[in-house]
Amino acid sequence: MPTATYDGTAVPVDDEGFFTEPERWTEAMGEQIAKECGIDTLTDRHWTVIRFMREQYAAKGTGPTVRVLGKTSGVSVKELYQLFPKGPAKTAAKIAGIPKPRGCI
Amino acid sequence: MPDTATIEKVSIIVSKGSLEGIYPALIMANGARAEGIEADLFFTFFGLDAITKKHWEHIKLATVGNPGLHLPTLLGGMPGVPDLVTRYMERKMDKLDIPPIPEFIEMIADTGAGIYACKASVDLFELDKDDLVEQVQDIITVGEFYAHAAGGQIIFT
Repeated sequence: MPTATYDGTAVPVDDEGFFTEPERWTEAMGEQIAKECGIDTLTDRHWTVIRFMREQYAAKGTGPTVRVLGKTSGVSVKELYQLFPKGPAKTAAKIAGIPKPRGCI
Repeated sequence: MPDTATIEKVSIIVSKGSLEGIYPALIMANGARAEGIEADLFFTFFGLDAITKKHWEHIKLATVGNPGLHLPTLLGGMPGVPDLVTRYMERKMDKLDIPPIPEFIEMIADTGAGIYACKASVDLFELDKDDLVEQVQDIITVGEFYAHAAGGQIIFT
């Protein structure tokens, strides 16, 4: 399995760069991953989504879809796409250090 | 094609007005945006029902001439059967967290995807902008559609 090095620590990731061991993640790593995803500065709104992703993953074993995020995270679908233009659920999951959510909706 | 190739943009044409004719296109457009792919939806012919105020809450599954449903055609044509089968399908989709068509189109518009109506079809059905839902950005000609679609993939459904 490939690894990626964030904040001086090597962590296992999948082929697309998603964490396979979310417990190894730190906020400092999240900031570095965000830069790789083209988001230079994580605002409070970004962090609201990122923390929500981790909570949902911890509770349900999978990250939420964009629709669920829009309905329950307190951030609207429109704003989600402004915060994460390359796909909110996918990008936020990567930054949050959880596996890529799988779902068609 | 190398597996590093990516799709950057899709333009999806919706030409059918049945439940099973509309959903695949909506799922593909929404899914494209979720992957960071630019997406536009272009509604033509009976596909216009999906963005017409009068019809978008009443889209039905085709219960006649639909062999995939495995229902005898005569039964599918009986009064009430299309509504019954449509409601059954809607309930199943709701359980899978697939939104109803109006909510889905609102969500797709919020993702930043473009939603357009075909001018020839709007003229044919004697509609105007006020008959269409507010998410529709414009009524465009086929030439304008190709201009919008330039540089991307075109998917006809």
